[in-house]
Amino acid sequence: MSEENKYWHILEEFEPIKDERLPKGREEVTSPTSRRNFLKVLGLGTASAAFIASCKRPAEKAIPYFIKPEEITPGKAAYYASSYFNQNEFCNVLVKVRDNRPIKLETNPKSVVTPKGTSGRVQASVLDVYNVNRYQHPQKSGETIDWETADGEIVSQLRQLANEGQPVLLLTPTIISPTTKKLIGNFAETFGAEWQQYDAIPMDGFREANQRTFGVNALPEYRFDKADCIVSVGCDFLGTWLSPVEFSGQYAKRRDLHNSDSQLNKHFQIEAGMSLTGSNADVRIRAERSDYGRILAYLYNQLAAKKGAPAIAVPTPPQEITPKLDEVLDDLTANEGKSLVVCGDNNPDYQVIVNGINQLLGNIENTIQFERTYNHFRGSEKSLETLLSSSPGAVIIWDVNPVYNHPESEKIKAAIEKAPLSVAISALPDETTELCQYVLPSPGYLECWDDAEYKTGVVSILQPTLHKLFDARQAQESLLAWMGNESSWLDTIKNNWASTYFPQQNEQSDTERFWVETLKKGELVLDAPSVTIASNPDEIGNSLNNINTENQAEGFTIELVENVNIGTGHGPLNPWLQEVPDPVTRIAWDNYASISPAVARQEGIKNGDVIQLGNLTIPAFVQPGQADKTISIAVGYGRVNGIPEELITGVNAFPLAKAENGFRQFAVSGFSITKTGGFEQMALVQGHQSMEGRPIVRESTYDKWKEDPASGNEMHEEIKHHHTTLYKEHEYKGHKWGMAIDLNKCTGCSACVLACNTENNIPVVGKKEVRRAHEMHWIRIDRYYNGDEENPEVVRQPVMCQHCDNAPCENVCPVAATNHSSEGLNQMAYNRCIGTRYCNNNCPYKVRRFNWMDYTGADAIPNNRYDPANLTMDLSRMRHNPDVTVRAKGVIEKCSFCVQRIQEKKLTAKNEGRQLEDGELQPACQQACPSDAIVFGDMNDPNSKVSKMMKDPRNYHLLEELHTLPSVGYLSKIRNKS
Amino acid sequence: MQVSQVREPLINGEKSYENITADVMAPVRAKPGKLWFFGFGISALVMLGGFAAIAYTIWFGIGTWGVNRTIGWGWGITNFVWWVGIGHAGTFISAILLLFRQKWRTSINRAAEAMTIFAVMCAGLFPLIHMGRLPLGFFILPYPNTRELWVNFNSPLLWDVFAITAYLLVSLLFWYMGLIPDLGTIRDRMKTLWKKKVYNFLSFGWKGSARHWHRHESMSLVLAGLAAPLVLSVHTIVSFDFATSVIPGWHTTIFPPYFVSGAVFSGFAMVLTLMIVTRRALNLQEYITVGHVESMNKVIIATGSIVGIAYITELFMAWYSGVEYERYAFINRAMGPYAWAYWIMMTCNVISPQLLWIKKLRRNLTFTFILSIFINIGMWFERFVIVVTSLHRDYLPSSWSMYKPTWVEVAIFMGTFGLFFTLFFLFIRVFPVIALAEVKSVAKSSARKFIRKSSKNQKPEKE
Repeated sequence: MSEENKYWHILEEFEPIKDERLPKGREEVTSPTSRRNFLKVLGLGTASAAFIASCKRPAEKAIPYFIKPEEITPGKAAYYASSYFNQNEFCNVLVKVRDNRPIKLETNPKSVVTPKGTSGRVQASVLDVYNVNRYQHPQKSGETIDWETADGEIVSQLRQLANEGQPVLLLTPTIISPTTKKLIGNFAETFGAEWQQYDAIPMDGFREANQRTFGVNALPEYRFDKADCIVSVGCDFLGTWLSPVEFSGQYAKRRDLHNSDSQLNKHFQIEAGMSLTGSNADVRIRAERSDYGRILAYLYNQLAAKKGAPAIAVPTPPQEITPKLDEVLDDLTANEGKSLVVCGDNNPDYQVIVNGINQLLGNIENTIQFERTYNHFRGSEKSLETLLSSSPGAVIIWDVNPVYNHPESEKIKAAIEKAPLSVAISALPDETTELCQYVLPSPGYLECWDDAEYKTGVVSILQPTLHKLFDARQAQESLLAWMGNESSWLDTIKNNWASTYFPQQNEQSDTERFWVETLKKGELVLDAPSVTIASNPDEIGNSLNNINTENQAEGFTIELVENVNIGTGHGPLNPWLQEVPDPVTRIAWDNYASISPAVARQEGIKNGDVIQLGNLTIPAFVQPGQADKTISIAVGYGRVNGIPEELITGVNAFPLAKAENGFRQFAVSGFSITKTGGFEQMALVQGHQSMEGRPIVRESTYDKWKEDPASGNEMHEEIKHHHTTLYKEHEYKGHKWGMAIDLNKCTGCSACVLACNTENNIPVVGKKEVRRAHEMHWIRIDRYYNGDEENPEVVRQPVMCQHCDNAPCENVCPVAATNHSSEGLNQMAYNRCIGTRYCNNNCPYKVRRFNWMDYTGADAIPNNRYDPANLTMDLSRMRHNPDVTVRAKGVIEKCSFCVQRIQEKKLTAKNEGRQLEDGELQPACQQACPSDAIVFGDMNDPNSKVSKMMKDPRNYHLLEELHTLPSVGYLSKIRNKS
Repeated sequence: MQVSQVREPLINGEKSYENITADVMAPVRAKPGKLWFFGFGISALVMLGGFAAIAYTIWFGIGTWGVNRTIGWGWGITNFVWWVGIGHAGTFISAILLLFRQKWRTSINRAAEAMTIFAVMCAGLFPLIHMGRLPLGFFILPYPNTRELWVNFNSPLLWDVFAITAYLLVSLLFWYMGLIPDLGTIRDRMKTLWKKKVYNFLSFGWKGSARHWHRHESMSLVLAGLAAPLVLSVHTIVSFDFATSVIPGWHTTIFPPYFVSGAVFSGFAMVLTLMIVTRRALNLQEYITVGHVESMNKVIIATGSIVGIAYITELFMAWYSGVEYERYAFINRAMGPYAWAYWIMMTCNVISPQLLWIKKLRRNLTFTFILSIFINIGMWFERFVIVVTSLHRDYLPSSWSMYKPTWVEVAIFMGTFGLFFTLFFLFIRVFPVIALAEVKSVAKSSARKFIRKSSKNQKPEKE
């Protein structure tokens, strides 16, 4: 009906309708938006807006790029070559950067030093950058000041002290950066400063011994990959000694049995406490720590007798181990020039004898090489002489914490407090920075420029991957500023490279090009210098004499060891490292005194009973394989400063160490055990140590394997033979993902666990929750003991979701939150999960993890967060991998085979119009494994490495008799023993 | 009517129809005493405590419980299965015994059914609150949604949802169906107007006409027919939660019959516990006689023996199967760290009911009361043994762990008792505890007064 035509039928229709309710004198307002309608619309609008807004949290601080930096594509990761260095660990890495944030460290496959894998500590180091406890501004006596003031005051005082002739001490950790070394040289010259390098666990005894025997003050390159027979006397070379990531790779190469020609090495470990390395040995000989010297002397003398070299009689080691040592000798002499004897003790006399043994065996220049020597571990007992004896005028302490990790802690404290000027350069608060007048925050290594020459002739560059988070300045920049040098630290490095390394290469003709290319690769390999090795047989005689006059140990000997993850005291600051259980004891969040089962029985001590050892009060742990008279305690615990309360754990054992003949010793005798009656429940994640005779880890010996590669794994064929089902089986038309794990290569180092943590945003739950078996790790490394408790054999097995084709978890979920992908993945839809935990119960492998509380802050209910480690603060959240959902309270999670990586690589391949290559796609655990024990790939591709491994006669599936048809295969362990 | 001299009367005392009505209605009409307020108050307090613990759980997460990575279900599911089991007696008595024409059921079926409903309500709480994300619990219902998500019909947990809801609904209907004529009777006796109105509404305007009675009777029969298979199916399906899994100690085909008989066993024990107290408290000794108790004790011997045989069969099968995991699971039950729970279960469930073969004990109320509590404890431990000891040491020894409940779990369990008794206390004051109409229907044949009268007609009794 148009407006023009208006039809009517009665006259009244022309009259306007009067609203009776309207008061007189007021006209009705006619509008399509009446007051009522307006209110209705307003009400509806507000309600819907509120409703819609409450459905989704508004995005915070999302500001798009105004001008997009060229190298940043939102949602796409960039990788930068850099390096990690901390005490005994060095790793060439690729830093994965997403949206300007480093979130993960990956192996740099082009690296010469560490071409495969990283350590757990490297993986966890990304969290250090986002540590909420970092110093954010320069401080003077606890007050925030600015850099100009700090610089002005420090420089004027330094000059004044230099004029007065008072010594200035610069204390650093071992510096492996060639440019920094030069810079420090200049600094020392300018201010007349003394530069000392300090190591918490020094290796000066090794250097001294090499000086004595070979005339070289160096730590040689050990070639575990060339050794057919390895004899280690208390040396944890796979866990903590010298260069464990590198050694793990070398060692694993000789544990590889992919074809019948493969030659397995034979590894003897003679040790007191059960170390990671010892738990991997083919033959572990239990010996007292105080007998190491005699054992070495015995080995030397027996060999010398065979070779006709002079021997000096030394009291023989205990009767019960000499026959075993004779076996060791047989193997050593059978592998002359292809064997390697190492000892982990810092006593130079021991090391001289080790050198003598290796010399007799012809291992020098074969398995021990002096061309590419290690440049770390420059610290010695003399490092702190100035500080302790002649009170210095100024102490500049850069990233070392002697107040915590030196036995003379109190004296150092006093010296620092007495010094007229004390400056600490550190990223995080610690026991030493606490005492200094000035605290200058330094950035983490992912925010820094640096270079590193870890092994002689292999120089790496470290580049920043993150803008400095706080008002921090690199120590080198501070030194430059104090010297009045205007040039930037980066320019200093570049100039040094242009003058030092550019002439040594001939690939690049332009210095800038040379710099950029090296930066891309991450390292520069120069020709190895040739070294002449002297031979001083007299030294061996002297050392044997010294051992001969060694005092007989009385009482219990305490040996201080390093925990694989915690190290010398840096680890406690990192909750990821704390939460990973020790690979041998499977205890997280604590240190303890490991005592032998016999002693425990005799003294009536149970796990967790607190004992008193001298001044140390510590819970005891009964460790199978522990020598009776030796008690092992891990150092690195008991840190207090700069740690959230929840992370303060354990006891500091460093004060027990002592210097003997000028070399720090980490084994001390003369203790007795007293029970205090206290009890401390430890965060033990594996309470049961035996496999109960179940075929969980299958193993055999090398001799049997040579006859029948399926030995020890006979049941696999039988079970496969019984494979039958009434139901329709899954069909995989495209990919079918699978993983093979070589139990012969896995050492248990836990790098995979930490890599998985980083990659998959796994929460840290803290000590109390780990005690309650609430840990969240998607991959764990089971450890079982086999044989007698006195000296058991150890087997290990990394267990993650097995991605069963017949998954018991899938059919029990009432809401189908866990289901099977067309590529064989057992997937979790977190959004769908309602948390019945039925899947977890029905998983025979117990790999599913439940978010018991709001560990991540992703829960919708307020004020219920459980985050003892402060990892849900804005800063710490920056570590998150944006490709992986952060799970909320009440959902189940588990290993996804790193499905985000699978998708990413599949898409890349698709975009590039090609097939996915085998090995291109690596889940985080495989990527981080230094031993190459984990292989992932497409089982539908018969030529893929994983398919081949699955066909290996050693391959079996965990609990395969249940017919769960896992996609993970294990290759049985083969021990080289008779 | 011909009544055997040997059969003891189901209603003692000289009870006329008038007396029966008065006796049964007394608690509804009278003002509750101090004891009632005391009991009700305590129950309500405990219930509120339980609700607080539930709120705490939902707020802070299941981490407030003692369950862990190895033992995903602890007290929560133990209590669930136990309460469902308790909820078996009522429907068994009213439906299955109705079909079998057991007249003695009439005195106890009302209370037993009420108990069933309350127990199922308590049970139903646990699967809900043990969910990690209760606010999203509705995902478990197969409702059409825009995300095109559907539930997993392979999962026994889903079957549980259907089984429990169906059981609760049918039990509730059946119970209410039986209540209608009695509600009419109460309405007629009520003096206060508002009470009259309420009961009138609740009785759906019951008039007691022949047509009403006819419909009532036939509907009761239909519901009995529906409820009878449900009695068997509910616990069968609950047992599927375990039986269809792969966990040694759970993966057993014997579970359905074993669970059902266990449920009836525990249900009858609970009925006895309650009725022995209630009959005294409400002065209903003449209606719930020693004879009733004895009849129930007979059911207990039967079901208890089935349970005992099932335990032994399990042990035998564990050995006979030759599966080392299965064998270990049972060795661990009997000798592992939770052996105490296993032996409590064995003593309470297998040994103690065998004492009921002795007639004196069977008819001894004190003994029966104590025994019924023993059985309740034993049956709770049966569920604990099944749930916890099977899980805590399953396939991979590396993951073996221990479980200990926290105060939250204890408070929730106590809270369900609070809920149960609160409802029960309300029930005895609001509805007749004994099915009035049904008791009257058997009075002619089973009440002492009428039996004597009718036998006098046949043969003069020698006094």
